[in-house]
Amino acid sequence: MTHPVFTAKGLTKTYVSGEVRVHALNDVDLEIAEREVVVLLGPSGSGKTTLLNIMGGLDRPTSGRLFFRDLDLTDLEDRELTKYRRDHVGFVFQFYNLVPSLTASENVALVTEVSNQPMRPADALALVGLEERMHHFPAQLSGGEQQRVAIARAIAKRPAVLLCDEPTGALDSKTGIRVIEALLGVNRQLGTTTVIITHNASIQEVADRVLFFADGRISRIQKNETRREAAELTW
Amino acid sequence: MTALDIKLFRDVRRLWAQVLAVALVVGGGVATLVLAVGSHRSMEETRIAYYERYGFGDVFAQAKRAPKALAGRIGEIPGVAAVDTRIAKLALLDIPGFSEPASAQFVSLPDSGEPHLNRLYIRSGRLPEAGRTDEVLVNEPFARAHGFSEGARFSAILNGKKRELVIVGTALSPEFVYTVGPGDLMPDDRRYAIVWMSEKALAGVYDLDGAFSAVSVKLQPGASEREVIARLDALLDPYGGQAANGRKDQTSHAWLDHELDMLNNMSRTLPPIFLLVAAFLVNLTLTRLVALEREQIGLLKALGYSDGSIVLHYFKFVALIVVIGITLGGIVGTWLGLRVTALFGDFFHFPFLVFATAPDLYVTAGALSTAAAAIGALRALREVVKLPPAVAMQPPAPPVYRRLLPASIQLDQIVSQPTLMMIRNIARHPVRAAFTTLGMALATAILVVSLFTRDTMEQLIDVTYFLADRQDATIGFSEKRIENVVEQVSRLPGVLAAEPFREVPVRIRHGNVERRITISGRPADADLRRIIDADLRPVALPETGLAISSMLGHILGVGAGDTVELDLLEGARRTVTMPIVATVEDYFGIRGMMDIEALRKLMREAPVVNSVNLSLDENRKEDFYAAVKSMPTVGGVALQRVSLANFRKTVALLITTMASIYTGLAAVIAFGMVYNNARISLSERARELASLRVLGFTRGEVLRILLLELAILTLIAQPPGWLMGYGLAWVMKTNLAGELMRVRLVVEHSTYVIATSVVVLAAVASAAVIRERIDKLDLVAVLKTRD
Repeated sequence: MTHPVFTAKGLTKTYVSGEVRVHALNDVDLEIAEREVVVLLGPSGSGKTTLLNIMGGLDRPTSGRLFFRDLDLTDLEDRELTKYRRDHVGFVFQFYNLVPSLTASENVALVTEVSNQPMRPADALALVGLEERMHHFPAQLSGGEQQRVAIARAIAKRPAVLLCDEPTGALDSKTGIRVIEALLGVNRQLGTTTVIITHNASIQEVADRVLFFADGRISRIQKNETRREAAELTW
Repeated sequence: MTALDIKLFRDVRRLWAQVLAVALVVGGGVATLVLAVGSHRSMEETRIAYYERYGFGDVFAQAKRAPKALAGRIGEIPGVAAVDTRIAKLALLDIPGFSEPASAQFVSLPDSGEPHLNRLYIRSGRLPEAGRTDEVLVNEPFARAHGFSEGARFSAILNGKKRELVIVGTALSPEFVYTVGPGDLMPDDRRYAIVWMSEKALAGVYDLDGAFSAVSVKLQPGASEREVIARLDALLDPYGGQAANGRKDQTSHAWLDHELDMLNNMSRTLPPIFLLVAAFLVNLTLTRLVALEREQIGLLKALGYSDGSIVLHYFKFVALIVVIGITLGGIVGTWLGLRVTALFGDFFHFPFLVFATAPDLYVTAGALSTAAAAIGALRALREVVKLPPAVAMQPPAPPVYRRLLPASIQLDQIVSQPTLMMIRNIARHPVRAAFTTLGMALATAILVVSLFTRDTMEQLIDVTYFLADRQDATIGFSEKRIENVVEQVSRLPGVLAAEPFREVPVRIRHGNVERRITISGRPADADLRRIIDADLRPVALPETGLAISSMLGHILGVGAGDTVELDLLEGARRTVTMPIVATVEDYFGIRGMMDIEALRKLMREAPVVNSVNLSLDENRKEDFYAAVKSMPTVGGVALQRVSLANFRKTVALLITTMASIYTGLAAVIAFGMVYNNARISLSERARELASLRVLGFTRGEVLRILLLELAILTLIAQPPGWLMGYGLAWVMKTNLAGELMRVRLVVEHSTYVIATSVVVLAAVASAAVIRERIDKLDLVAVLKTRD
């Protein structure tokens, strides 16, 4: 195995929502390698999103350590976390989170304007097959198209890791497969380490490794000897 | 342009209705300031330019008959820059087709060249020819009031003899901007004229060849007015001089000053209140508007934007709104300012107007509004920005609702579920509810403070014209007459009752403070012209001692029981000390009042009077007018009814015009506040309301839940709004009080009703807009977003 992109040691997260105390992540150890495609599977509330958020620098663990390459994310200041996200992380969310008042290409530009060696927004959109739709507003795009814009936005800055939270969760199977195709294409062409959260067990077949989550822990790890192409998926 | 800036402009366009509503609030505050201060400055600049260009004098004095050679000696008084002597006489007029008695100030014009001071602005026609006793120039307002043009004729009783005069031109003078006839309270252009005549002619009529009866003096910069007045008095004393006075006691200047002062006080009181209220409302609104952006802020953070650039983005957003507001307010304020300046210029008959520009006002108003908006945005951002992006991108955790009452009391059995939701919602956000209520209350308050002047004016009219000065007419004599003239006058046709009135000019002094006032002596049993105390009850003057206006007492720092020094400025000039026995609540001028017998004793004189107050038989008015016109000793007749009408036309008009404009701007601010409040509430609760629609609530039911809260908060806000409005009105009343006029704070119930109606109307209009929004509420879209 090459040098890991992420190394987690005893990662734990508890938080308070309203009056309820939740153990979202419970003592998780993990390594993720460069160029790897990892799928996180598990029921709602099992800790997948929390792990992803902490890996993306969107949230902090309550205890434990998380390294990005040699960088200890655990102790970073807000400002340093921002820089980390800006330089290394691309996000894809379940509900796309596009800025409704910006066109597809402007949504991508939102990211390229603050990164170091970004692609041109048009190239990023071409990677996900949307160069024709670049001047459309989110409201003029279908759900799948919006999600591909979100992927283009995430990869336009050539991030080291691409973190996707339920990228196909709001999509029908045909569109979902196109989205997965776009993700795998990026992984292939740019070598971006990709972590995908999903409820959809079919998607596990495109991964190098599958991490099964339950009750804030990794209950099982499955290694796929061969990755299947997105086009071969059905659900 | 960066993608963030594009987002900024698109957001402003998307939220245009709310942006406009906030901008209107900002604009209302800015417009008030620009209008009030701008128009006041313009009037002030115009007056300064007018005085400057037409050589308005600094010191004025009258004498019976002083030799012209004295002018040279007056010019030698240290500090005197220029001297102008002339003949000035009061006379009764007889105007064809006009039954009411009118009077005029006749003023001589040099027969060669222009006067040195108080030069005329000729509006039409020409100057009278030298030596012609029939040619006159009249002040333009008088000519306009009667529709006179060149060639029109009227008569005057000059030195006891009736003469026919022909108008050869009209003019304006810096000396007679405000023309108030003898004994009158208000200017009346129909009944009081300024008439200029050739000096040679007027001297011939009054037998004043080689002499003058009035002098104006221009001072050198830095000269002591007091010193010059003292020396001038000494020079004129042997020639029947009356105490000289400065501009402060020159009628026209004093009134103009007072009007400008009121404008100034209004501009110092209302606009800051408006601006502060607007700033507060903007702050409140933008806090909530930015808080709604929580998820977008979270996204930007997730994408790697720093806190600083996010704060800057939203700061630009609110700054853009403020700039729109300032621009709107600046345009409207400037336009209103020009209109108001033109209106006042017309009212004062200024020959020209100077429009003062005021870039500093935009800077002040802009800075305050921007700061308020920025603080509002920062307050919201501080909350959101400190959240980790993962949390910010989620909707806020469900707020902790609590039971309001012990579990044993089932509130939902008393009130419906929607009402319960409304109550819990208010209880859950007590600070927000309190601020919203405060905002609404302020909207009501600025309406009250704009409207109350109307009530105050009516009260002032009631007290002055119907409680205190109840005479129908006052006959003023050119010179003081012995008291039997009262009997003579009471025999005139139509006269029901007559009361003597004696007026003596004095300087009143306490410590270093002194004022020139008139002490009026009136009979102990005076029933026509009464003195009214603070409780609106008539006061009987004590047999000795002096009563003064409470405003004068305030200026001098004296009250009943203190003593003051009086310089008697008539007859044998003496300085005496005099106890103050009472202070009297009055609204016009500052004055002293004494029992007429006590005043005579003080003056060491036989019973004389300056004027007689009359009660008239309404049916025999015309006979009375005809009779009084032929009395050669009469200098002028004041008519209360006409005076009241003129008051309504002049002072009251100016004040209520301004008040109406302010009311309009207050209504705009109120509407902006209420509308934004409703719109933001809708955005904040869109998800919840859409869920209710999905659960089967009708649009009407959903609308009710939202509007019930708006309605309750609007109503709760009213009583504190009235209270704050009353407080602000008190501040304004206190600031408006001046030596010439002041008001008593009266706020009628109708004013509160109107103020509240405007706010309720704004709420209803907002509700209508909200209704449309709820009809369009996209149930699927709202529910599809993450939960």
